[in-house]
Amino acid sequence: MQTHRKVKYEAELDPSFTKWVSTVPGGERIRECFQCGTCSSICPLSVYMDISPRRLIAMADAGFKEEVLSSFTIWLCASCYSCSVNCPKDIKITDIMYGLKRRAIEEGIFPSRHFAIPILAKAFANMVRKNGRATESRLVVSLAWRVSLFRLLNMAPLGIKLLLRGRLSFKKEKIQNKQEIQTMLKALEANR
Amino acid sequence: MKKYTYYPGCSVKGTAKSYEDSLLAVFRELNLHLEELPDWNCCGATFYMSIDEVTSFTLSARNLSLAEQYDRDVVAPCSACYLVLLKTQDYIKRYPQIREKVDAALTAANLTYKGSVKIRHPLEVLLNDIGLGELKNRVKKPLRSFKIAAYYGCQLVRPFMVFDDPSYPETMDSLMETLGAEAIDYPVKTRCCGGSLMGTMEDVGMRLNYILLNEAHKRGANCIVTVCPLCQFNLEAYQKKIIKKYNGVPEIPVFYFTQLVGLALGISEKELGLGRSIVSPDSLVESLSVVQATAP
Repeated sequence: MQTHRKVKYEAELDPSFTKWVSTVPGGERIRECFQCGTCSSICPLSVYMDISPRRLIAMADAGFKEEVLSSFTIWLCASCYSCSVNCPKDIKITDIMYGLKRRAIEEGIFPSRHFAIPILAKAFANMVRKNGRATESRLVVSLAWRVSLFRLLNMAPLGIKLLLRGRLSFKKEKIQNKQEIQTMLKALEANR
Repeated sequence: MKKYTYYPGCSVKGTAKSYEDSLLAVFRELNLHLEELPDWNCCGATFYMSIDEVTSFTLSARNLSLAEQYDRDVVAPCSACYLVLLKTQDYIKRYPQIREKVDAALTAANLTYKGSVKIRHPLEVLLNDIGLGELKNRVKKPLRSFKIAAYYGCQLVRPFMVFDDPSYPETMDSLMETLGAEAIDYPVKTRCCGGSLMGTMEDVGMRLNYILLNEAHKRGANCIVTVCPLCQFNLEAYQKKIIKKYNGVPEIPVFYFTQLVGLALGISEKELGLGRSIVSPDSLVESLSVVQATAP
């Protein structure tokens, strides 16, 4: 009978990923995780995750790079910090999730094409880089444009209500001294 | 008159306009002066942290640097802004490699940040700079008909826990009781609303907010009180859609805490931005004056 191996051999893992994850600010103590599961039990999103937070931490620490970076888990984390403040080992799980999101974006690894969360994050960052401020209405439109125009139709009734109540405007919000932001971004780029 | 630097953030200029309306009206009434930080930029919220951490801290450091020119505490009403400003201060203190990069970027733009700015949330300002005793004396219309579910969300209390408990905070409950309202027991008071997931994964966002609405209803609340633009938006603007999907929950008004403070202080509904509500608070607000008329 042929048996199918479901678990990776240690040789197939990525030790450089293990090393990297402990350098994410907040992730220094990841090796100390004793798998108590407090993070998974307290996380309000864990029921929607493909890999529970407890398991994800163990996998990141063991070097399961592909599996971790392509998980829905890292994107479902809404940064409520419940796990971070309750972790008995003081591991800043939320900050590790942020680190993993950044790494996934850097490497272009996502759970699916047209996956809305990183697309929105990028659109938001571009807007702030350019204008210094975010305009909520324009963000929604740009997300719909990239993900599905149907969403826009779906949101129109609410959009109209918000417009009528002065809670939505399409005027572009921006700061006066945009140059200052550009100068700072350039300095960061040069210092990378 | 006590003066503060006001860091509004993007949301209170948009979908959370009534938070700004009511915050400004209440502070004016209490003789607390808010001076808007000139040319403030976006804090980066949760999104920028997923793209580039150091850039996110640098953007925030610009605001801190601009604010440091004035010898005043900074008041940030939005929970995301409040957290990002605190987190920036914390990280540049604890990680010299981050501090170095942030400082270099600030210097390039002729800015500096020494680290002296104190970040405060308006809820904490009302408690500590005015005090519950003084607030009680100033109540003109006690909120006797209000049975409130005080919903704190996440980022005001976590991870920094500056003035309240990270899991079971009580400051807003005490404030509401001082105003004459009844604060119901609400164990989900710091359970996350999902934040921006409502915009990206609607089914998940709807479920998280349904839990919050249903719990408030089951425990007998007739309104929910919030401290955060995104919590209020998810719970209020999406409420009709949530109710349609999950039967059995009636409509429930969702206020900013500043709107209820304002009502109790006798500030007009218009000044408090109540007209901007999508779930009408009218019948509850009208019951307020009825209570007044029959009060001894």
